[in-house]
Amino acid sequence: MTETTLLSVRDLTMTFPGRRSATGRRGAPVRAVDGVSFDLAAGQTLGLVGESGCGKSTTGRMLVRLLEPTSGRVAFEGRDISRLSQGALRPLRRHLQMVFQDPHSSLNPRQTVARIISEPLLVQGWSAGDARRRAAELMELVGLIPEHIDRYPHEFSGGQAQRIGIARSLATSPRLIVADEPVSALDVSVQAQIVNLMERLRAELGLAYVFIAHDLSVVKRVSDRVAVMYLGRIVEIGDKASLYENPQHPYTRALLSAVPLPDPAAERRRERIVLLGDPPSPAAPPPGCTFHPRCPKAQEICRTERPLLRLAASREVACHFPGD
Amino acid sequence: MIVYLARRLLALAGVLLAIAAVTFLIFYVLPADPAAAACGKTCSAERLADVRVHLGLDQPLWRQFADFLTGIFTGRTLGTGQYAVTCDFPCLGYSYESSLPVWDLLMDRLPVSASLALGAAVLWLILGLGAGVTAALRKDTATDKALMVGAVAAASLPVYFTSVMLIHGVIRIAGLLPYPTYQAFTDNPLGWASNLLLPWTALALLYAAMYARQSRGSMIEAMAEPYIRTARAKGMPERTVVVKHGLRSGMTPILTIFGIDLGGLLAGAVITESIFGLPGIGRLFYGALVNSDQPVVLGVTLLAAFFIVVANLVVDLLYAVIDPRVRY
Amino acid sequence: MAAPLLEVRDLRVTFTTPRGTVRAVDSVGFTVESGRTLGIVGESGSGKSVTSLAVMGLHRGAVEVGGSVALAGQELTGLTERELGKVRGRRMAMIFQDPLSSLHPYYTVGEQIAEHFRVHFRSGRAAARRRAVDMLGEVGIPEPARRAGEYPHQFSGGMRQRAMIAMALACEPELLIADEPTTALDVTVQAQILELIARLQQERGLGVVMITHDLGVVARVAHEVLVMYGGRAVEQAPVDALFADPAHPYTRGLLDSLPRLDTADDEPLPFIPGSPPSLLLPAPGCAFAPRCPRAAERCTGERPEPAAYGDGTGRTVACHFAGVRAVEEAAR
Repeated sequence: MTETTLLSVRDLTMTFPGRRSATGRRGAPVRAVDGVSFDLAAGQTLGLVGESGCGKSTTGRMLVRLLEPTSGRVAFEGRDISRLSQGALRPLRRHLQMVFQDPHSSLNPRQTVARIISEPLLVQGWSAGDARRRAAELMELVGLIPEHIDRYPHEFSGGQAQRIGIARSLATSPRLIVADEPVSALDVSVQAQIVNLMERLRAELGLAYVFIAHDLSVVKRVSDRVAVMYLGRIVEIGDKASLYENPQHPYTRALLSAVPLPDPAAERRRERIVLLGDPPSPAAPPPGCTFHPRCPKAQEICRTERPLLRLAASREVACHFPGD
Repeated sequence: MIVYLARRLLALAGVLLAIAAVTFLIFYVLPADPAAAACGKTCSAERLADVRVHLGLDQPLWRQFADFLTGIFTGRTLGTGQYAVTCDFPCLGYSYESSLPVWDLLMDRLPVSASLALGAAVLWLILGLGAGVTAALRKDTATDKALMVGAVAAASLPVYFTSVMLIHGVIRIAGLLPYPTYQAFTDNPLGWASNLLLPWTALALLYAAMYARQSRGSMIEAMAEPYIRTARAKGMPERTVVVKHGLRSGMTPILTIFGIDLGGLLAGAVITESIFGLPGIGRLFYGALVNSDQPVVLGVTLLAAFFIVVANLVVDLLYAVIDPRVRY
Repeated sequence: MAAPLLEVRDLRVTFTTPRGTVRAVDSVGFTVESGRTLGIVGESGSGKSVTSLAVMGLHRGAVEVGGSVALAGQELTGLTERELGKVRGRRMAMIFQDPLSSLHPYYTVGEQIAEHFRVHFRSGRAAARRRAVDMLGEVGIPEPARRAGEYPHQFSGGMRQRAMIAMALACEPELLIADEPTTALDVTVQAQILELIARLQQERGLGVVMITHDLGVVARVAHEVLVMYGGRAVEQAPVDALFADPAHPYTRGLLDSLPRLDTADDEPLPFIPGSPPSLLLPAPGCAFAPRCPRAAERCTGERPEPAAYGDGTGRTVACHFAGVRAVEEAAR
């Protein structure tokens, strides 16, 4: 890669202790994220897709250190932040921000927009007046009316509230934003507004995104590279165009074929790979390749041996039998 | 399940131990001298010293407490020599006031308090849940509002007020019932019930009001659950929807407060028993408190704690029966 | 001509709230034939779910439902709750978005499938239980006899929705209303459920109303489509015509603004400005006018009624300019 690497993630793993039952006995520990590695260049977007429970949100939270990883490293501009103390982390925090799924519940209902957006600035030691001026600028930048700066979150629609969330994440001029399902709680007609806004901000401010979503169409829209996760692991990662046109992992293929296209004629022509069953629980992952119980091409080796990510068709795939 | 039960019983013992210790300590730091209480008013200094030894008050506090605990499980001997008295299992000591074993005092009065509590509980469940569920199903109608205004009114009347009004109205003015004198159920079931009717009502009204409000809330919540809509979408008759699908989930939260309320009342309702002259544990407790009769106060406190803790355990176990998601 | 399986005319649903009355559905009409699927699409507040609950007669509380709902010629509005109970679950059934909360946590899945079979067919427990096991097998649940004795929380998300479908179809209804049945599910599981509904529809000649916000789902399963906005039907057309040439500016805007798997994404996404309307303060004119690129003065003052579009597909569009556009294009 010629661009400078902004974020370098190696063998990131998160093991949660098992949930306590009513009796107080602990269940088996849950390996929510299991050896995730990728690089992200400055100004680029990595899409992280997968179904519920695949570990994509947990990964996102570790990237901005809302969670401390069990093992592995997250290097931001070459510096490992996965083990830094909160104090040592503070000066770096302004470069790493997060946007959440539900815009309304991630904004404090008792704070004005001015307060919400300027909060991270006040933490960084800005004066109240400067922070407020900056908040007004940011509102304008994200397409809100700066005169509404003293309103409360409930006075805004879902799309506008998400703009506030984005403005807050931009306050400290970050270089990386981890966006966790930023449009999935929004109405369809509003999603495009937020997608466009995020694309524009990236171009104007040179941001890098880790864009976490379950919607493959949205991820395709915004990403340069895409990583597909299944049960805590990346099963395929590569350039968007080649991954979407020529998926190599059977799971990626099934996932893409499951997305309904808004085109009835194409829908009738399509050959679909319908997987059996639901994704298994990360508390009891199948042995070998975790996808094998649902995989249409599973062989004996898939049941026993875990496939590692390796190069196939210009990208990395974790499958014993990639391609067709 | 067995592991769970064992764990809970252990916790139960721990709670009781802690309560016993705290009660013990409170009496120890109180200025009143238990020996003086036990000895009576015309007590010489010599006699007082004897009594002190006899009661083990010359021992260090931890020793007294240990002896007390041993007594509960194995019985103990109080005093020495010619004054020695054997206190049989389960020994909670002797009342300073009456010199009778505390355990016997409690067991004498338990049927009275239990009769009062159980009868009142039946009454308040019928009244309270009936009103609450009716109000919930007729939410925002005049019936609902009337019932809830009634509930607030009933809840704000103190027990002694209701009791006095009942005594005055029903007994003195209307002359419908004689002034209550407790009769054992085993002797005369009808007399038992008719004598307890007023105390039941007085006690139940207050609880019924609270239960009406609680059950209205939880029933409204239950009836708004999506699975109620599913039951209706299947064409189930409304009565089945309410009884089978709504009530079972709506009444589950009531179970928790009922367990605690009933457990607490089993060990006596001080005010109600006093006003109606019922020889229950509540009155025993009141008298003991006034006279610094430490063994009796300790005994009643332990019994009350025991009932509440056990009621809680029973409620938790019942949850597993009602809700299949709860597994121990 | 025989009456259609479901015919809804001039449906109006009005809620009384502390902040005023809300006309959540206004003059909506549609028909569904046996073996066909009507897709109702709309965003939050469009009135699509309110419509489906009104058809089933499931609104409770301060709600007023007007207009006509007829199932195979039988008028359902005005029936008593008891009479309606004989139709619900028996001749028309419904499944919901969240199968976990739509199933009772305290009863076994088998019991919940069997209970209304007992009511509708006055059958015994054993027969109803056999029926429940058969239905679970039919919707593709392995070991149905064992699973019938389990509780909803022991099922996975996809299995729960299968159980809901088994429950809905236990009494052989003619009409199935599916309200966002796959929204809470993962996309691979969604594909299974859509496939299952299509198979059962084919086997039983079911009429299906599929309510969804996902235009992709509509394109996959629907024969006819009803697009709702602000409580009104803005466009109604056969699925191919609708997707090939959306006539209402809202439908067009919605389709254009979708990020898609099957197109390039070099250009910025076209988008609809603003957000869906509040039903509390309805505009006198077209509900879409404040967001519409074609809106003229007329649109804010006068409400457009659904009118024939005239493209030979039976399409109706509620837009002052839809017809004009058709004329313009014909002249070109």
